Amino acid sequence: MTTLPATREFKNVNVGDELTAIDLPITRTLIVSTAIATRDYQVVHHDPSIAAERGSQDIIMNILTSNAFVGRFVTDWTGPNSFIRSVKVRLGAPNYPGDTMVITGSVTAKDEATKAITVAVKGSNSMGDHMNATVEVVLP
Amino acid sequence: MSNTHADIIVDTTPEAKTAFFAELQTYVGLEIGAPTPAPDEINAPMIRHLVEAVGDKNPVYTNTELAKQSIHGGIVAPPTMLQAWVMNGIDGPARTGDGPYEQMNQLLFSRGFASVVGTNSEQTYVRYLRPGDQLTMRTVIDSISDEKTTGLGTGHFVSTRQDYYDAKNELVGSMLFRIFRFQPKAKAPATKPKVLRPRPATTHDNQWYFDGLNDGILYSQACAECAEVRFPTGPMCPTCHSLNWDKVEMPLSGTIHSFVIAHYPQVPSFEYPLPVLLVDIDPSLSHTDKPGNNKVRMIMNSADTDLDTLVVGARVRIEIRATDPDMKLPFAILDPTSNTGAAS
Repeated sequence: MTTLPATREFKNVNVGDELTAIDLPITRTLIVSTAIATRDYQVVHHDPSIAAERGSQDIIMNILTSNAFVGRFVTDWTGPNSFIRSVKVRLGAPNYPGDTMVITGSVTAKDEATKAITVAVKGSNSMGDHMNATVEVVLP
Repeated sequence: MSNTHADIIVDTTPEAKTAFFAELQTYVGLEIGAPTPAPDEINAPMIRHLVEAVGDKNPVYTNTELAKQSIHGGIVAPPTMLQAWVMNGIDGPARTGDGPYEQMNQLLFSRGFASVVGTNSEQTYVRYLRPGDQLTMRTVIDSISDEKTTGLGTGHFVSTRQDYYDAKNELVGSMLFRIFRFQPKAKAPATKPKVLRPRPATTHDNQWYFDGLNDGILYSQACAECAEVRFPTGPMCPTCHSLNWDKVEMPLSGTIHSFVIAHYPQVPSFEYPLPVLLVDIDPSLSHTDKPGNNKVRMIMNSADTDLDTLVVGARVRIEIRATDPDMKLPFAILDPTSNTGAAS
């Protein structure tokens, strides 16, 4: 890669545009590697036997990683010259190993003054919604 | 989620609730602990570890040349990584002090709100962080809701706000984190639907036998040529090979040929210990002319019977009972008072 990939321009984005969905297999490797990469050493994110003792059916993906996937999902679609202004996540069903989280989203608003778009993001797994997020991102 | 503490006695009068809520509100706006410096300055290796783990290919996080061409002017950290920079790490101090946050939690705990679940994370970014930035976080109790009931139970939403400052003490980002401290709602007693007994594997050759049971009649099968009575049912007489047969109504009495009492494995539709009997059914009265060939042995459970009294050779009567609205089966019932002379 020697040139920066393109970034969507504010004028070309419309309310209702669908972002490219991500089908994310929730593997143990994913849960553990993202927990450690976010310096989250809580046992429910890496030790299945202790997670079970504490009433969880298995280890679960951590919240910092939910945030990281929301950011990736949005900039995968908008491109590198975008600036995320805010990420608001409402949490729901946990992500257990073996499940798949499908991340989908669409543009819900445009602010002409700041060239910011609002994106509604949903991450769903077999138990329901893992997260519902609202992201404001400024485009060129 | 931590365990509930049902033994906590709580004054639930409106006055007590109002006083409790007023006391809770005194914690709003208080700073939690001393400002927390991030143990490491923002750095490229930690950024790369995270974006690799989440598969984020945005070049502004890892590619120096392309990042320079971008609006960010150089490598930046993913904004959503904000909180990771101040995480305690593996030996980090657990909060065990007696600061305002701990006191507030103790107060909630004293009212029975002992379980906790994270519900919201709201991050806002003033600017993206660059390698070399040194972060310090300050945390305040932002708000405490009045008592709410959700699907999980009843409790209070507690929001803390983390403000992140750079080395010049300028705000670079904030995170509002909301948790629900609650008392789980009492679990309704499990009302599992009763599991029905497995259906018999019926075919053209045995459906009529089960239809008979549903009509309250215990049938066996007799050869229409040689009159041999046989069971289980089948298309052909094993003796004369005739394909012609008749239904034979059997008496509802017999003798225990053998039995076992099953303990394991336990199948949901049955009650254990489960007696399983082989019963020699008394000869059919319509076929007494062939007594030697009138031996029918059936497998069934016993009912209304003290399992300690089961003995080989004991006489039983047979009742046809509904096991569920759609199925009737024969059951052997042993009356010990009529079995004084039972063989052992």
